Amino acid sequence: MVTTCAYCGVGCSFKAEMNGDTLVRMVPAKGGKANRGHSCVKGRFAWGYANHRDRVLSPMIRDSVEDPWREVSWEEALGFAAKRLRAIQADHGRRSIGVITSSRCTNEETYLVQKLTRAVFLNNNTDTCARVCHSPTGYGLGQTFGTSAGTQDFDSVEQTDVVIVMGANPTDAHPVFASRLKKRLRAGAKLIVIDPRRIDLVKSSHIEAAHHLALRPGTNVAVITALAHVIVTEGLADETFIKAQCDTESFADYVSFVSDDRHSPEATEAFTGVPAAALRAAARTFATGGNGAVYYGLGVTEHSQGSTTVMGIANLAMLTGNIGRPGVGVNPLRGQNNVQGSCDMGSFPHELPGYRHVKNAEVRGIFERRWGVEIDPEPGLRIPNMLDAAVDGSFRGLYVQGEDILQSDPDTKHVAAGLAAMECVIVHDLFLNETANYAHVFLPGSTFLEKDGTFTNAERRINRVREVMKPRNGMADWEVTQALANAMGAGWSYTHPAEIMDEIAETTPSFAGVSYDALERLGSVQWPCNEARPEGTPLMHVDGFVRGKGRFIVTEYVATDEKTGPRFPLLLTTGRILSQYNVGAQTRRTENNVWHAEDVLEIHPHDAEQRGISHGGWVKLASRSGETALRAEITERVSPGVVYTTFHHPDTQANVVTTDYSDWATNCPEYKVTAVQVMPTNGPTDWQEKYAAQAAKARRIEAAE
Amino acid sequence: MSPDKMAHMANQIAAFFRSQPGDTADSVAGHLGDFWEPRMRRQLLDHVAAGGAGLDPEVIEAAQRMPAPAE
Repeated sequence: MVTTCAYCGVGCSFKAEMNGDTLVRMVPAKGGKANRGHSCVKGRFAWGYANHRDRVLSPMIRDSVEDPWREVSWEEALGFAAKRLRAIQADHGRRSIGVITSSRCTNEETYLVQKLTRAVFLNNNTDTCARVCHSPTGYGLGQTFGTSAGTQDFDSVEQTDVVIVMGANPTDAHPVFASRLKKRLRAGAKLIVIDPRRIDLVKSSHIEAAHHLALRPGTNVAVITALAHVIVTEGLADETFIKAQCDTESFADYVSFVSDDRHSPEATEAFTGVPAAALRAAARTFATGGNGAVYYGLGVTEHSQGSTTVMGIANLAMLTGNIGRPGVGVNPLRGQNNVQGSCDMGSFPHELPGYRHVKNAEVRGIFERRWGVEIDPEPGLRIPNMLDAAVDGSFRGLYVQGEDILQSDPDTKHVAAGLAAMECVIVHDLFLNETANYAHVFLPGSTFLEKDGTFTNAERRINRVREVMKPRNGMADWEVTQALANAMGAGWSYTHPAEIMDEIAETTPSFAGVSYDALERLGSVQWPCNEARPEGTPLMHVDGFVRGKGRFIVTEYVATDEKTGPRFPLLLTTGRILSQYNVGAQTRRTENNVWHAEDVLEIHPHDAEQRGISHGGWVKLASRSGETALRAEITERVSPGVVYTTFHHPDTQANVVTTDYSDWATNCPEYKVTAVQVMPTNGPTDWQEKYAAQAAKARRIEAAE
Repeated sequence: MSPDKMAHMANQIAAFFRSQPGDTADSVAGHLGDFWEPRMRRQLLDHVAAGGAGLDPEVIEAAQRMPAPAE
């Protein structure tokens, strides 16, 4: 049976090989249009978590998070949750509760969770983990091109001549795309890496970047604008494309802005750390080297100016005419398997499915008629706003499906304070994750192997997920959400995810042609898929931009307020490694853990020597938000003044150090820039010990009578 | 949300729109109406009524022009 991997946004197709009811092997599918027979060490091997002993299969409740968990029937757990949520609304108003949809779950499941808040809670308090990763992509590309998604398919890389990889580390985080990129680089395509760290793509077997712009964290906008300065002032812009496809007034404003000498690489070198000559050379390579494509990741978005950098990348693509054909484009490398889908499905608090603002009465009308309710025209709370409102006492109940905000979100102490202030936290997950330490209701989840549905990958490709084994917890996640809605009086009666997809197609124009029959027939399809494009849309903006004319936007650099100083002289940036995935909830529960059993802090030899830090020794990492301890790895991958770690392990809880600063437009947290100090220490901090003790206490389950 | 954090977020929005064509306060007001939930807009209005400490002038102006928060 062919299904879709549930790790990163590449969305590889796999053949699940069974022995009776037991999955024995996952083999990459040759016909998979995203992976073309490739796979990585996560998708191929790290699926054993489905049978891990930590998996919780029975619903549980407790009155207070100080109590141990009590195993109960589904009926009792759902009744308990429904009663608490309704009581909170009765006391504190309908906007006092909300949901977080999961980018790990299917489109159909995500659609139901946002429907729960809009049609049953009667508010728009829905958000998803894209808030903390690619929300600036949605905003930035929406403003410039008119659509909130990447422009190409993955096959496009085979016709690329010059690639910019910015703030992304594909060999670790999107390995199958990296394999396809490396194949193209070995065939002669040129590579420009814009990243503070010397990632593997900069130089490894048979490949070497033509340019590595090792910028100082936080200066993306200045570097992108300087690249545009060189292209404009040296006469390398594609005037023909711009005249035909772009808004001329916004282009004129943009030209006068970027031409200013203060945006020249010679002027920006002092604070970006990128030598002017290297930047000029990279700009010329990109503008004159043939088909140019930009691939970017969270090193672009997770900044105070994340949205501005996305707009800057879109400007660069328009400026060089690199839109609307194979081999070019703007390609966000989306983190989670279905983060594109969860955004498409209306998980954001200001948008109904298909990226349509809730203030739009006509769009509300479509759903009001279908759902038989009145939809709130006000935008809802985003995740960080929910936590702030919880601390203030006006937000008291949260249903979290398949996301671990306590480990993944920034400023752990603030997240914990928000969760602790709520009266009803419902965690719907495979495991007692970190967030569940503060939960009152635990609803067991099902893995991607145990349900039907669809995931949408970074190239907008809607792939089928197929049930290869029955849900071990008894219900697929969409059934659990439906049961919770019905416990609150919703009266939903879906019998299969195909019916949910039919509702999506009926209400959302870009999905109008999508159905399980069509997916059976075509294998997969890229949205928009409708009457005009019944087989989907591999490349966007081919005959002009979705918004009409492409819009150039001025990108003024504004330095983050997160600044180094005498107390915190180094800059911390965070990322991932190949064998582990995100917060590690799945991969830590597989044999992949032998490759990366703990997070380590990468530090340059110069900074280590100044501080008396030895390779493998414990170091304390402190910021204005908090402190944690981990082992040091001395390496020249990072520049002097920059340190780096991963956030795969709750023992380290790297996010206790990150701050509450965020992107100006979307509140996407500024994970990638934190001013820190590093010093030798002899083991975990007091905070880590207290955290571990609280977690152990919170995970107690009362013995059955 | 602490008043400092709210002021920081609102001023960041103003800093972006100050560099754009058009009236800054109008653009900020539009952004706040589209993305700030009613209780956040109410908090901003209350803060402005109490003197608006820490807010940029365009934010204070935008608070008057943004859609009134629903009850």
